Amino acid sequence: MPVTPAALGPETVLRLEGVRKSFGDTVVLDGIDLDVARDEVVALIGASGSGKSTLLRTVNLLEQIDDGRIVLGDDDITDPRVRVDAVRARIGVVFQHFNLFPHLTVLDNVALASRHVLRQPKAAANERALEVLTRVGLGDKAGAYPDRLSGGQQQRVAIARALAPRPAVLLLDEITSALDPELVGEVLDLVRTLKEVGTTILMATHEMAFARDVADRVVFLDRGRIAEQGPPAQLFTAPREVRTQEFLTRFTAH
Amino acid sequence: MVIAAVSTVAFAALAWWAVTSTPGWSRVQFSFLDGATFASAWPRVIEGLWLNVRVLLVAAVGVAVVSTVLSALRTLRGPVFFPVRALVRGYTDLFRGMPLIIVLYLVGFGVPGLGLGIPRLPAEFWGTIALVLTYSAYVSEVIRAGIDAVHPSQRLAARSLGLSHAKTLRLVVFPQALRKVTPALMNDFVSMQKDVGLISVLGAVDAVRAAQIETATAANFTPYVLAGLLFVLLALPTIWLTDWLSARLRRREQAGSVV
Repeated sequence: MPVTPAALGPETVLRLEGVRKSFGDTVVLDGIDLDVARDEVVALIGASGSGKSTLLRTVNLLEQIDDGRIVLGDDDITDPRVRVDAVRARIGVVFQHFNLFPHLTVLDNVALASRHVLRQPKAAANERALEVLTRVGLGDKAGAYPDRLSGGQQQRVAIARALAPRPAVLLLDEITSALDPELVGEVLDLVRTLKEVGTTILMATHEMAFARDVADRVVFLDRGRIAEQGPPAQLFTAPREVRTQEFLTRFTAH
Repeated sequence: MVIAAVSTVAFAALAWWAVTSTPGWSRVQFSFLDGATFASAWPRVIEGLWLNVRVLLVAAVGVAVVSTVLSALRTLRGPVFFPVRALVRGYTDLFRGMPLIIVLYLVGFGVPGLGLGIPRLPAEFWGTIALVLTYSAYVSEVIRAGIDAVHPSQRLAARSLGLSHAKTLRLVVFPQALRKVTPALMNDFVSMQKDVGLISVLGAVDAVRAAQIETATAANFTPYVLAGLLFVLLALPTIWLTDWLSARLRRREQAGSVV
């Protein structure tokens, strides 16, 4: 992809520079600067409407940004000349509602991008899909259809689907919010495993305990700006900003 | 089960007696159900029906292709494609409103009469074109409804994986959309199985035309009954299949599973 050279250091996978996005008169992202390092897990926290989901959507080019730029590896992906589909193939996304393809088996769901985006032969794509499914503990469900699985299993398949094409970064958008409480654990355990083997993750979450437990860095968004960021131990126990304190108090009170 | 069987037999006997004992029954039997006319009309009508079947098969393939392309064109987003969307919309509105018989006349008699150096083609060719024009308008609307019924998050997930618009349609949207509207599509197919008899107005010697000729020769309406029954027999498997599919789809939805 020969676009504007924007090489990040070997340690930085993703960089947002002065990213702005408005919907009509509403400013959703108001100048976001954020680096994500290789194998780093960054958790985005903040109230509903603080811009977490929009931020993830701009990285995946589902929203066009108004100003600033986003760099992935060696490429400015907000350059208008960039091949959008090729960029998306390098980014894995997992959604709140799984969004598995109900007409395809679990295996075909996971192999779809390898076959039709990376254009791998069917055998290679299926082999990779089975490998990833085994890793998320669902190798035995390869032939099943998604509606036969529990919510937690479906979300694990969705994670496998995002991982199969070996993305540079994994975006997780509130991936436990639609799950029954007893199913949240298995999904969070899986994310923890991914972190251990080394996966670059940018995730929006409401699970404060989880963010604290698994994230290397927590970023608190407030009205489209990064109000505060730091290691979870510092941010959760000794937040510097008043807004962070208020948010955390409100969140733990409920 | 037993009660139903006994009741059915009793009811049928009663109906049979009621019909055959009416004063006009012998006249009806002579005019509509004459064995000798039936037998003499059979070869010609069946040969005509074979033409209907061939036209139906070719038209069905044509409709499938044209309506898929039309419904895909309507999914194109953005102001650049407005003219395309508007054109498709205009086409479907026009041909859904226009009686098939007028399309048949315009295409079958009008187009060859233009003198544009189009070689002489048989009436069934123009009849097939007219059927494809009309039915593609209906079917593309049905498919579009199916596409609309596929949740936008499916398209979102596909695009997030890096699939192009075209591949998203082909691999994710169409398979789900077609499943959702299969009963409606089958109904359109049944309807086309009947309308294929209208190509006779262009002079194609199909089952209807053959029956007309036989009726004129024998001065007896039995050939029409024969042709009608053959059309029913042709349509029955599709009708039953449609009912079975609809019932299965309904059961699945009631069971709460995703189709």
